[in-house]
Amino acid sequence: MSHATQDNSSNRWQGGVLPFKVNYGKLMMWFFLISDALTFTAFLVAYGFQRYYHEGVWPKAENVFTHFPFLHGDHPLLYVALMTLVLILSSVTMVLAVESGHRNYRKGVKKWLFLTIIGGLIFLGSQAWEWSHFIHGTHEGALKLGKGTYTMPDGSVKTTQGNIAQWGNEAKTEILMPFKVDGKPVSVKGAEAQKIIANGTPIHGANLKENEYGPTLFGNFFFFITGFHGTHVLSGVILNLIVFIMVSRGVFDKKGNYEMVEKVGLYWHFVDLVWVFVFTFFYLI
Amino acid sequence: MNDMHNPNDYATTHSEEAGVQIRKTIWKVFWILLGVTSIEVALGIFYQDWGINFSIVKTTFIVLTLVKAYFIVAEYMHLKHENSYLKKLVVIPYAFLAIYLLLLLLTEGGYSERMINFMF
Repeated sequence: MSHATQDNSSNRWQGGVLPFKVNYGKLMMWFFLISDALTFTAFLVAYGFQRYYHEGVWPKAENVFTHFPFLHGDHPLLYVALMTLVLILSSVTMVLAVESGHRNYRKGVKKWLFLTIIGGLIFLGSQAWEWSHFIHGTHEGALKLGKGTYTMPDGSVKTTQGNIAQWGNEAKTEILMPFKVDGKPVSVKGAEAQKIIANGTPIHGANLKENEYGPTLFGNFFFFITGFHGTHVLSGVILNLIVFIMVSRGVFDKKGNYEMVEKVGLYWHFVDLVWVFVFTFFYLI
Repeated sequence: MNDMHNPNDYATTHSEEAGVQIRKTIWKVFWILLGVTSIEVALGIFYQDWGINFSIVKTTFIVLTLVKAYFIVAEYMHLKHENSYLKKLVVIPYAFLAIYLLLLLLTEGGYSERMINFMF
């Protein structure tokens, strides 16, 4: 590194000075993370905008994601809390791997990095399970309303086109319309309900074009935000795996420092950080 | 420290003794994150039974999330212990753009909703 050894104020413009006191790779990782953080911020803010806009008919995530493996009934939040725990734990093992790296302790780095990879894989599996449940939907499903004009029980006339109504009873003779009066969905029974059902389509589950829980955008945002985060987790697992192989082959012992572990560690913690926000804004609020 | 250095010098290292203390902090932060998450989940499941207004719950969620974010960034991503210019470099541009976007779009979201109610 001869270019760096001869430095004085007159030739600083030629490089070789590290004003932030971190190496190039780590600084660039921080730059990348800032831009990536802004991308996720944009997604979540856009989600907030649409949610605010569709206030009233927007489904609450705790009514959508209520399943837990091997348990029957509704368990809101439990499954996603488990996913959060897995990701926080994998963040701890990652930071312990970084700490071992700072002591040039190869065995420690290997052990903790391995556990981090396992944590990441468990998280990805959990996400696949949740997606599968969301896509298949509930046993009852919902009614996608056709194009039409109907008289509500209170005498008002409403126009529908593609919005989602929920079933009011098991026999599917009562409909809860996607309009609210005093905070409660308008219920329609009898002949008018038969008319609405005949003109609508029963749907189950969710895809990018429709979902039984409410506005199409809810499904789109769910797939897009958790999908984009899941892609980050997947790339994190792959990066960790590459670094794990390099550690095993003693690459960083030859190099003299384990900074690469720190760099992938930064990325991994960022993935955890994003999940903290997704958890709050998608599932809790 | 003078400016004459090998670029690899800035790779962080620490001794065995320092490591003991750092590991202690790491586990302490883990318990904080776990505790805060448990509070959030409990609040999310039981707030109606406890009779707490949802707007208070919502604010609590956001504050607790920021607490968690602080600990992850400051301790796990080590930003608290970095050069002060690096801290500013990371936090200020991000905070400025994020808050700006948030204020713009949430204001617009409320406005659009009122417009819908006005028109139909």
